[in-house]
Amino acid sequence: MKLNKNTFEIIFFARGGQGAKTASELIAHAAVREGKFVKAFPFFGPERSGAPTKMFLRVSDKEIRTQEPVTDPDVVVVLDETVMDSQDVAKNLDQHEVLIVNSTNDKETIRKRVPHFEGSIHAVDGNGISADIIGKPNPNMVLIGHLIKISEIVSLESAAEIFREVFTEKIGKDLTEKNIKAMEAGYDSL
Amino acid sequence: MNNKTIKNKTNIKALNGGYAMAEALRQIHPDVMAVYPITPQTTIIETYAKMKADGLVTTEIIQTESEHSAMSATIGACSAGARAVTASSSQGLLHMAETLPVVSGLGLPIVMCVSSRALSAPLNIHGEHGDVMAIRDFGWVQIFSEQAQDAYDNTIIALRLAEMAGVPVMPIMDGFHTSHTTERVEVLEDEIVASFVGERQAENALTDQENPVTIGTLALQNTYFDFKIDQEKNMQKTKTLYKKICAEYGKISGRKHGLFEAYKMKDAENVIVMMGATAGTVKDTVDALRAEGKKVGLLKINLFRPFPYREVGAELSHAKNIAVLDRAMAFGSFPPLFQDILTSMQSAGSKKHDIASYIYGIGGRDTMQAHIEKVFKDLEDGEISNKIKYLQ
Repeated sequence: MKLNKNTFEIIFFARGGQGAKTASELIAHAAVREGKFVKAFPFFGPERSGAPTKMFLRVSDKEIRTQEPVTDPDVVVVLDETVMDSQDVAKNLDQHEVLIVNSTNDKETIRKRVPHFEGSIHAVDGNGISADIIGKPNPNMVLIGHLIKISEIVSLESAAEIFREVFTEKIGKDLTEKNIKAMEAGYDSL
Repeated sequence: MNNKTIKNKTNIKALNGGYAMAEALRQIHPDVMAVYPITPQTTIIETYAKMKADGLVTTEIIQTESEHSAMSATIGACSAGARAVTASSSQGLLHMAETLPVVSGLGLPIVMCVSSRALSAPLNIHGEHGDVMAIRDFGWVQIFSEQAQDAYDNTIIALRLAEMAGVPVMPIMDGFHTSHTTERVEVLEDEIVASFVGERQAENALTDQENPVTIGTLALQNTYFDFKIDQEKNMQKTKTLYKKICAEYGKISGRKHGLFEAYKMKDAENVIVMMGATAGTVKDTVDALRAEGKKVGLLKINLFRPFPYREVGAELSHAKNIAVLDRAMAFGSFPPLFQDILTSMQSAGSKKHDIASYIYGIGGRDTMQAHIEKVFKDLEDGEISNKIKYLQ
């Protein structure tokens, strides 16, 4: 049972350096732009490139007060399939909830790794799609595109708008637009 | 009407607590920020350094070789007449400890933003109040923050209070839980903050060569004691000033700050007293238990030093059972907030209450609603021992 029914809760599983923090904060910024309340925070473990990490994201129309980590998510996004070797990513996900995995495997193969999970599994080839569009296997933008599509927590337009504001200066216009294209491709990949 | 006009100008942003404090500092625009930028530092100074690199501030950022030197440089700048600030955390804050009573003894209006974290050993830099509790009686005003919004607001309030009262002020947020969580923050217009904090009018600045003064003089057995009593008198005065500044800040921001926040306290029988980030989790628990008809409440302390004993005692006087939740260990003793609450009940002349002591969230340990429910259940069942309980 959910403690906060008015709040949408997401966990991102990834490895350090894969952009889970950027992804969750991008959605947090877009949600705030749309007048919503958010809390986006990492699992506070040691930070090193390649180590398994978790990001928690809460989005609500009302003020969010709790400081608890998310333990009963509505959606789980897995940016690196190999973290499923050591962690039960579908813990507390029920039959109406969704698991999104960056994978070239099909749904049934993934389901075998989380046999207790009865909800829907979305396999998105984030690495492949981003390699085609951006030229590098950066799955985070593709996966959040897909997350936006199924959760509707923010609009694709506001996520793109925030991304342009934050990244155009940092990575240049060309790479910025390619990242946004990758997000749109993730959005369309059903 | 006036408030509405101001509110329309407010910018709403997604910021973490560290960024929110840096944003407030940018608007305050200090002359000098001396820092030691190595772990366990805060996100405040790296954010502020970026603002400087982007040309948003002209503050002179001095990178020192230790936290002790960072505060020493801040003391020098502030004595010279500059508006000087710094930020620290955990082990770094304790390395500064020797210089902290110098700041308060000299009455220097330094603001130090603190992201409160655990102390070694064993090595841990996660959230708790162990660092700021260790230096709580050094003559610095300490203001606790719950969310990133409070961290932003308290930094602005701190600066105004420091310069009006001639005391150093430490706006504090819980490390990670507030410092690293991205939240919705309403940021005031730059001009509104600039006019609220004004320019520093330094008394007895060392650079004022027409009026030379001695700073940090020798005071022996015949005067030192009197200096210290004066310092305490001045510290007590900051409580009234703090309330006044909070009220003024409320007019420009529309947000309420004060000595404490009394959440659903009116008819509350069983009450939790605590400070900082985890108050949010307690509020959700209070609402859930209220929905079941239980008369529970929360008293969240904001101003911890100087402690508002009388006001807190009065607020708690109608409560039946009280649990005090400390986020710090106190070896061989009861923890600090618990002791202050006992004193509050005494100074309010309140009849005997059953007060329980709990310690939570040490070294970043998660505190869940289930923990808080258990505390309220203990209070309801009258299970109040004279031993400290740990919410592990």
